[in-house]
Amino acid sequence: MNTLSKKNSTPLISAVNLTCIREERLLFDELSLQINAGDIVQVEGPNGSGKTSLLRILSGLSQPYDGQILYRKQQISHCREEFHQNLLYFGHLSGVKGEMTAEENLDFNLALHGNKTQESLSYLAKVNLSGFEECLASHLSAGQHRRIALARLYQSNVPIWILDEPFTAIDKQGVASLERLFSSHAERGGCVILTTHQDLISIKPEQIKKITLDYSYDSAID
Amino acid sequence: MTLKAQSSQETENLVGTIDETFIDNALIENTVIENTALENTAQSSKPLSYRHAFMLVLKRDLTIAMRHKDDIINPLLFFVIVVTLFPLGIGPEAQTLSRIAPGIIWVAALLATLLSLDRLFKSDHLDGSLEQMLLSPHPIFILVLAKIFAHWLITGLPLLLIAPLLAVLLHLDEHSYTALLLTLLLGTPVLSLLGAVGVALTVGIKKGGVLLSLLVLPLYIPVLIFATSAIDTAALGLPYSGQLAIIAALFFGSLTLAPFAVGAALKVSTN
Repeated sequence: MNTLSKKNSTPLISAVNLTCIREERLLFDELSLQINAGDIVQVEGPNGSGKTSLLRILSGLSQPYDGQILYRKQQISHCREEFHQNLLYFGHLSGVKGEMTAEENLDFNLALHGNKTQESLSYLAKVNLSGFEECLASHLSAGQHRRIALARLYQSNVPIWILDEPFTAIDKQGVASLERLFSSHAERGGCVILTTHQDLISIKPEQIKKITLDYSYDSAID
Repeated sequence: MTLKAQSSQETENLVGTIDETFIDNALIENTVIENTALENTAQSSKPLSYRHAFMLVLKRDLTIAMRHKDDIINPLLFFVIVVTLFPLGIGPEAQTLSRIAPGIIWVAALLATLLSLDRLFKSDHLDGSLEQMLLSPHPIFILVLAKIFAHWLITGLPLLLIAPLLAVLLHLDEHSYTALLLTLLLGTPVLSLLGAVGVALTVGIKKGGVLLSLLVLPLYIPVLIFATSAIDTAALGLPYSGQLAIIAALFFGSLTLAPFAVGAALKVSTN
């Protein structure tokens, strides 16, 4: 595949000298990283070490105190629309509206990001929600909310996935199928940046890169 | 379920008969997606046009409002109750009531809008859909404009429809009805637009209610002054186009500028 040849040429996302300060506390500084196509990056660290802050900065939702984020060597503030077309961010909050049905939620999310909505039923089936398409999301459980939001991953041909705790409230089979999805996404030439406290079991260890954020000042990159 | 599946199949068939070449193209595109790298397909998938993005968000907000009827009923009920309380408190003399009617209706409309503003971005912020909108490839102002328009349809339009009824209750001068409706038609969108800026600024704050009214109410004062002045002038049988022109100017000014301010404020609030 022509992705492999491209793999080492331009990093999809790179961060230069990021500094993040929250509540007058330095979470990390001088953090530089490069994420290439085919990478699965797991951001690790104890609670409060700045994992979510890092992911929000990488996705452009938050501004770093210092430093910059580059998407294919362009600053993301200069190519916002192009960057967002190539980005899928999944945060702590699933963005599912209780007043809409599972299918309407997924359709809206897909359409908002410029994806086709014809096959949304089959994506819901992939996350074990067949039979719940017409249920209002407010009648579904927390895990099912997450699944509605995660169903977007099955449709997405966006290269950059930034996922903040994607496995929260998801059952074991669900986690395993998500892990398989991540490795196939990486093989197709995408990259996955995620935070989780779980070990990724079905992904080969050599495929995973780890960023460990310490609670103290320095942050190390493996 | 089965019905739905059938109908979607039917529409597909329809599309097929209407434009087969289009489907061929789509098929070719599909095979391309499978064979080439992700990065190329992501760029080839066309983002929605501005109009589609606008309609998408508008439809979503209206669907939510229709299923969550409090959003529509609460401000309207508040408006009706406030206005009906005045004759009870002041007394039923027609002369006094018709003198203060424009002020009462407009102040009540202003407060009813203020009451409903919180819903504009708060729930989206709490469940994370606001983040997703900010991260969509569309310009933020178009999504924001759709949300504000939906807010006006949900809160401003019902006020406009029920106002003539309340005007009867307050013995409003018969020459003033057109003026009342015109000022409400031009003025309530301004309330939604300016209010959205305030909500966007306070959406990240846990208890931003008081701050919101402090921010927004001073901005509402010009609308209030010119609207009530227009209605009073109309009651005297004089032309009130000057006041209307000023409200229209406020409307177009806020229509063009507020969505950008809201977009910037939302970025700050979610930072």
